[in-house]
Amino acid sequence: MSKLTPEQIHAIIKEEFGAETVSDLDNSRTMPNFTVLDHTLWQPMAYFMRTDERLKFDYLACLSGVDYGDGTLGAVYNLESLSAYQHKIAVKLKCTKENNTIPSVAEIWRTAEWHEREAYDLVGIVFEGNPDLRRILCPNDWEGHPLRKDYTVQEYYHGIKVPY
Amino acid sequence: MPSLLDAKISNGGAIVTKVEDLLNWSRLSSLWPMSFGLACCAIEMMATNASNYDLERFGIFPRSSPRQSDLMIVAGTVTFKMAERVKRLYDQMSEPRYVLSMGSCANCGGPYWEHGYHVVKGVDRVIPVDVYVPGCPPRPEALIGGLMKIQELIREERLGLTRKEALQKIAAKSAPAEEVIIAAHPFNANVKSPATEKPKQEVEEVTA
Repeated sequence: MSKLTPEQIHAIIKEEFGAETVSDLDNSRTMPNFTVLDHTLWQPMAYFMRTDERLKFDYLACLSGVDYGDGTLGAVYNLESLSAYQHKIAVKLKCTKENNTIPSVAEIWRTAEWHEREAYDLVGIVFEGNPDLRRILCPNDWEGHPLRKDYTVQEYYHGIKVPY
Repeated sequence: MPSLLDAKISNGGAIVTKVEDLLNWSRLSSLWPMSFGLACCAIEMMATNASNYDLERFGIFPRSSPRQSDLMIVAGTVTFKMAERVKRLYDQMSEPRYVLSMGSCANCGGPYWEHGYHVVKGVDRVIPVDVYVPGCPPRPEALIGGLMKIQELIREERLGLTRKEALQKIAAKSAPAEEVIIAAHPFNANVKSPATEKPKQEVEEVTA
């Protein structure tokens, strides 16, 4: 067991879950990544990535919510094998504004619980299975999700004018 | 006008003064701000409280309860979540109370004025402000300047004079900032400013 290249990691996942369930590897210089196409497989895949002896992705370094601006939303998971092999990869999941759900991985990496709340608060992605999906930064009664591309700020909040 | 203690009004251990002046002097010499900070401005405020700038020489030292304070220094970015708490703390302070808005964020939203959905664009949308101190963050000297403006305001207060009228009286006394800065800066000695030109004209008129 040793440090793996992104190609090797991608190949292991394709071998385990089938070639059509994930996209091709995008070997980006900054962060190699692939997209999970079948949402129903994301939770078992995440569990596999954390526990498999060859992968051991025991650290979710970051979970980001993205609005791509074309009606697509997405979550990006930066995974590292911190204690075992020091290899890294990013996993992307995409959804639409109308059907804005992505399965939660809060039970697999505890870090994800608050990160998912943040992505829900600011981008409006609903993480199904998160044990406590409330807003984390904005007030509970805030309107809209501020980091959406089409977001416009509300006129008043509790009687205080919001725009400049 | 000399300050109360400099004025030659004492004789044989007795001081003669107006009760109003004595009251104002004692109030402005023991301004107790509420001990709270919201963002990076609070670091400058703490530095001002510490030994180098030593606010205690003005009788200013922070109190940990709004009920014991008569000054609120809003030091930092006021978010909508915090705004209601700030209002509540202000309501708990007893009259007479003063508010000093410290730094660009508390003054007008600062760098968050356009895209900062979460920042109140000026704490004066929530509570009334007496003195604004510009800067990002203001240096301790600027904060002390603002605190001395508060002292000036207290000194102006009289029975039957509203806060607004007292503030207007202070504003009438002040010089335009541009003139003061140009006049005070050694490198600008040769720059012609309205402040340096005016007296010359008067001199010419007298000699003619």
